[in-house]
Amino acid sequence: MIWNQHYECMPREQLKDLQLERLRKTLERVYHNVPFYRQKLQEAGFEPGDLQSLDDLQKLPFTAKQDLRDNYPFGMFAVPMSEIVRVHASSGTTGKPTVVGYTRSDINTWAELMARTLTCGGTTKNSVIQVAYGYGLFTGGLGVHYGAERIGASVIPISGGNTQRQIMLMEDFGTTVLACTPSYAIYLAEAMEEMGVDKKRLKLQYGVFGAEPWSERMRQEIEKRLNIKAIDIYGLSEVIGPGVASECQEQKGLHIFEDHFLPEVIDPVTEKPLPFGEKGELVFTSLTKEGIPIIRYRTRDITTLKAEVCPCGRTHVRMEKIMGRTDDMLIIRGVNVFPSQIESVLLEIGDTEPHYLLVVDRKGSLDELEVQVEVSQAMFSDKVKGLETLEKMIHHRIESLLGISAKVKLVEPHSIPRSEGKAKRVIDKRSL
Amino acid sequence: MVKQISLFLENKEGRLARVCRILGDAGVNIRALSIADTSNFGVLRLIVNQPDTAYQILKQNGFVADITEVIAVEVPDQPGGLAGTLEILEKKSINVEYMYAFLGTTSQDALVILRVENIAGAVEALEAANVKVLQGEEVYSL
Repeated sequence: MIWNQHYECMPREQLKDLQLERLRKTLERVYHNVPFYRQKLQEAGFEPGDLQSLDDLQKLPFTAKQDLRDNYPFGMFAVPMSEIVRVHASSGTTGKPTVVGYTRSDINTWAELMARTLTCGGTTKNSVIQVAYGYGLFTGGLGVHYGAERIGASVIPISGGNTQRQIMLMEDFGTTVLACTPSYAIYLAEAMEEMGVDKKRLKLQYGVFGAEPWSERMRQEIEKRLNIKAIDIYGLSEVIGPGVASECQEQKGLHIFEDHFLPEVIDPVTEKPLPFGEKGELVFTSLTKEGIPIIRYRTRDITTLKAEVCPCGRTHVRMEKIMGRTDDMLIIRGVNVFPSQIESVLLEIGDTEPHYLLVVDRKGSLDELEVQVEVSQAMFSDKVKGLETLEKMIHHRIESLLGISAKVKLVEPHSIPRSEGKAKRVIDKRSL
Repeated sequence: MVKQISLFLENKEGRLARVCRILGDAGVNIRALSIADTSNFGVLRLIVNQPDTAYQILKQNGFVADITEVIAVEVPDQPGGLAGTLEILEKKSINVEYMYAFLGTTSQDALVILRVENIAGAVEALEAANVKVLQGEEVYSL
């Protein structure tokens, strides 16, 4: 099913014309209404009228999360507050949150994009969708909510938490689509197993999961344990919230809704655009946003774009599942290393939730990477040989994946410090 | 068969003492032990009087532990005693993964713990050669 055949399946040439026209309008809007962008564009020597083709995009300045913080709360808005009908904010782990504002038209666009996303994920007007994303300043709950209403599905706006109640309503109301974070989906499955819920009695068919990176292995686990098809969705509040990109039923990459967002992948160090297929930082320019349009926003998410035509019929480019964050990126002996790559190796070895720590140090002029891995029940053996083989296997796979040799050290369970929320994955002892 | 507890230990000061303290506080008595170590970690193997309790208590304290079946056999406490026992297994091509000695004894004979892949085959071979193979309960209550 495709929600908006006209735009989602638009021939590429026509789509490019539309993007250029919309980019021109966006540049006009930010140049005249956002002092931050006017100054940035003037510094870059670029007037909105200079835009000739989409290739000119790379002449435009970037926007970073810090720019939104510096202009807290409403400094990046391109319309007066009288035009803003809603604000959302992302949780600021450090300092002030980043605030975004939506005009009535933005809310309408968002509902359209979430209708596309949920349709990608199997939702129809006959669906009963349980929205277990948090409602509130976080964009997840309300984003999914408006999209589901646009489709005409029956919405259960339960928000996050209260797991027993989630499961009770899921059974009693006959939920067919579950929308939440992938880690919460696993948690729900575990809770059901503990409560002795007969999963055959559930009517669940689909899950739309996002708001955090998750692995292919985690998908398999969710699909098996909840007996559903698990669809990856992507978004971030600075761009619009959920509804930036979504997997279709093929589950081979997420279609970016290119009539509203212009994607690029850049080298996070040199900031040069990379061709399709190369791994780098995802960057978005909004094409229709009114409240807070953004130019070349650096998501810090690492992925690749692929241009091959999708069997589903959508013409919009696809991005791979998020592979990591530039914040986490380490450069070891000149090689870009992401903790998620190490994680993928450990996942292959058979752990569903590996705990590991990368310790980087410099001995003389050479960087050294030590990978500490907590021994799990699945890895353990009473024979030393078995554990040594495991160490060697991890070492070998890291070497073949990254091209660098790491020292693998097995450590006791719970010996790597945990923090609430995000796990600490890297200790960099180098003083550069 | 005899239940052996094995667990993962990092090569760090105080780890072995902690395991022994945890077991001691739970009233578990260690009957035999061996440590196999590398430069980074070790695997501690224990025969205790209450294997199931020991396993639970170690898991509750966050250790990665396992229960493995091993064989306890009586070996004549004299030169060549152990050699004779091992030759019985060698003749049947049964490989001993590891072994260690028991602290107590049943009679004038020594006791050793053997870890093999083919437990049934090993026991059959040993018993056919009139070697005494002890049952779990006999060992735990020594």
